[in-house]
Amino acid sequence: MAEDNNKEKIDQESLSRRKFLRNSGFAVGGLAVGGVLGSVIPWGTDEKEPQQAANETKNYNHALMNFNQVEFQTVEAATERIFPEDENGPGAQALGVAFYIDHQLAGSYGFNARDYMNPPFFHGEKTQGYQGRLKRREIFKIGIREMQNYSHSKYKKGFTDLTADEQDTVLADFADDKVNITTVSASGFFNLLRSMTLEGVYSDPLYGGNKDMQGWKLRDYPGDQMNYTQVIESEEFQQIEPRSLRDHMQ
Amino acid sequence: MTKKLPKTDVVIVGVGWGGGIIASELTKQGLKVVGLEKGQERETEDYYMAHDELRYAVRYELMQDLSKETITFRGNEKMRALPMRQYGSFLFGDGVGGAGVHWNGQTFRFLPYDFEIRSKTIERYGKGKIPADMTIQDWGITYDEIEPYYDKFEKMAGISGEENPLGGKRSDKYPTGPMLHSPQMKMFKEATEKLKYHPYTIPSANLSEPYKNPDGISRAACQYCAFCERFGCEYGAKADPVVTVIPVAKNTGKFDLRTHSWVRRVLHKDGQATGVLYTDLTTGEEIEQPADMVVLTSYVFNNVKLLLNSKIGRPYDPASGKGVIGKNYAYQIIKGAATGFFENKKFNNFAGAGALGMVIDDFNGDNFDHSNVNFLHGGYLSLTQTGKRPIQTNPIPSDSATWGKEFKQNSLKYINRTLSIGAMGASLPYKQHYLDLDPMYKDAFGDPLIRMTYGFRDQDKELAKFTATKAKEILQEMGADKIDAMDELGPYDITTYQSTHNTGGAIMGADPETSAVNNYSQMWDMENLFVVGASSFPHNSGYNPTDTVGALAYRAAEGVVKYSKDGGLLTS
Repeated sequence: MAEDNNKEKIDQESLSRRKFLRNSGFAVGGLAVGGVLGSVIPWGTDEKEPQQAANETKNYNHALMNFNQVEFQTVEAATERIFPEDENGPGAQALGVAFYIDHQLAGSYGFNARDYMNPPFFHGEKTQGYQGRLKRREIFKIGIREMQNYSHSKYKKGFTDLTADEQDTVLADFADDKVNITTVSASGFFNLLRSMTLEGVYSDPLYGGNKDMQGWKLRDYPGDQMNYTQVIESEEFQQIEPRSLRDHMQ
Repeated sequence: MTKKLPKTDVVIVGVGWGGGIIASELTKQGLKVVGLEKGQERETEDYYMAHDELRYAVRYELMQDLSKETITFRGNEKMRALPMRQYGSFLFGDGVGGAGVHWNGQTFRFLPYDFEIRSKTIERYGKGKIPADMTIQDWGITYDEIEPYYDKFEKMAGISGEENPLGGKRSDKYPTGPMLHSPQMKMFKEATEKLKYHPYTIPSANLSEPYKNPDGISRAACQYCAFCERFGCEYGAKADPVVTVIPVAKNTGKFDLRTHSWVRRVLHKDGQATGVLYTDLTTGEEIEQPADMVVLTSYVFNNVKLLLNSKIGRPYDPASGKGVIGKNYAYQIIKGAATGFFENKKFNNFAGAGALGMVIDDFNGDNFDHSNVNFLHGGYLSLTQTGKRPIQTNPIPSDSATWGKEFKQNSLKYINRTLSIGAMGASLPYKQHYLDLDPMYKDAFGDPLIRMTYGFRDQDKELAKFTATKAKEILQEMGADKIDAMDELGPYDITTYQSTHNTGGAIMGADPETSAVNNYSQMWDMENLFVVGASSFPHNSGYNPTDTVGALAYRAAEGVVKYSKDGGLLTS
């Protein structure tokens, strides 16, 4: 799960400025023309949200440092399909996964700060791993736009306006490389999105996802415990109330 | 402008297990030692917030910054080698303690067979059993000769364990008793006993009880908190150079440990090492540290890189098979494993310790007859309970969806209802598997990176299939409702984590023609240079390598002290 096999087809010249602008026009134009960004932001429209919001203190972590709102919304919808809400409990959206991804991409991980990014870049074998020059935040930017483009060409609608089944089809086509794009690998982008979704569900809440440790509760994971000496020999499954690193602060 | 410092007795390059052991043993004998470490200082207090899977396990907090240095990889000589741009197959430790900080602590001795693998294979099966291009060779040391050094490492680290019924003879028992047994481990024990195998508790560097070692260092017992591999231990319960040998060296007042010191060259003149050249990463200053003796104690790749970039020893030539530096790179074959799904059981899989588990050696080394199999050696099979952390562990049946509703349901259901049997397959060297300098890619200082040429061979494929079959058989006996076992090994892939057990490149032996160092880790071609670590393994066994690295480091320390008194090439 830790790996992200993002492949970029490097024999293609990376995004020309013209193509970049054309694509962004398409995506944003199809989605959010008319200055009504607010009306398509899901947190305002979800029925459960106002009630919940009334009971909670405002979460100041829930703002954006990388995505624009359209990108955010697309990522939120896509991650919810990867890890959906169901009878077991909350999905990616309620767990704050899209905020997690936004925050991660704004930091060293998004800039590939600790990866070897020196040229020259050559197309390699699959066994040689990622050989692209694009950074993760760029891969996301392009990947999201291509997801929008694909949604429009297939369904004449933006990704967030699709039904859940249609969204699944778009994601599956990315996962299986059925989408013909030249700038990033469709499956590489999908794999990065999937691995970061799981990170957002299950990393310590300090990173912005796994809201209230609900991700851990889904799978009876106790989080940050100092000691299992009393548990290790137990024949019975031990249901332990989770703790986070916040609980560890003095 | 290079700043030249006063001469010291010994300079060591890299302060992990190898460097820590050398430093403690030499300073105890009164030698002045300078330790150069390119990473930062580390201490137990750093791990107060260690239970953070994202930061440490997924973002590699304790590992080397690949933007400064990595390796390049190709599956064979026809491919273009490309840089390992992101972590995958293995991890490079960083900072004081090196990989000894983030290891799991599984501490096995190699088998007597390993040290005389070529002779013993020919003796039992004839020469024809060894493939023409497989370059296994005897180590130039026997198990009986290395045994006292194993004992020394195990007592220093406080290894908790019970005797391996199929292992080499021990001069003494483990210093502390075995770890606790979980229900999962009991199931493995019962099943393998029924199958007439010989289970025993994994020897562990996570202490089963409080322990004071012969150096006077006291450590607390393991709390089974489940954060070992890729993490530092906040209790100091896991043996790590920072809480064992390094303080011993420091207490002598003769150890000068310099962090952020990146060694670029071993300096030499007329066949003798004269010191090292390094860069102080905090100031950019280039510094020469003269020394009577130089000991390379960094990770496998960096030991070989320093030798090649310093033009020391004869580089290996895969075409002729001549030369030794870079020869016999080997890895570990761990994919021949299986996972069992238990519908009606629920295990405390979140709890554990890095070296908690049960193991059998019935299919390791030459403990079974190889007449009717198409491979040599083997591996141990084990059930480990290292703590299943949620980002990286999402077991699902092999035929099910990897995302969406079905994935979510399966992963939540099975996380505490699956057990895996793993294999630690041996990796045997081939003429075509080696390390050299990459012709294109450079590190942060413009020095060539190490290029690794390596792929899985029929030997590895057969071995992995064999261990997967045995793993499946054990899970069946344990009562699994469904078992997913590896079918085909496939090509070696540097993107998926397998093992950090890289070996070879500056191998030991009895013959200067076919080895780089003697059994004191002393360079045949440069008497006052010692190269210590898994780089000296002529092949990799079916075990985790640290016990053997530690034992060879203790022997090398003895060699350096001898050399400091008498000089010359050491003989055993």
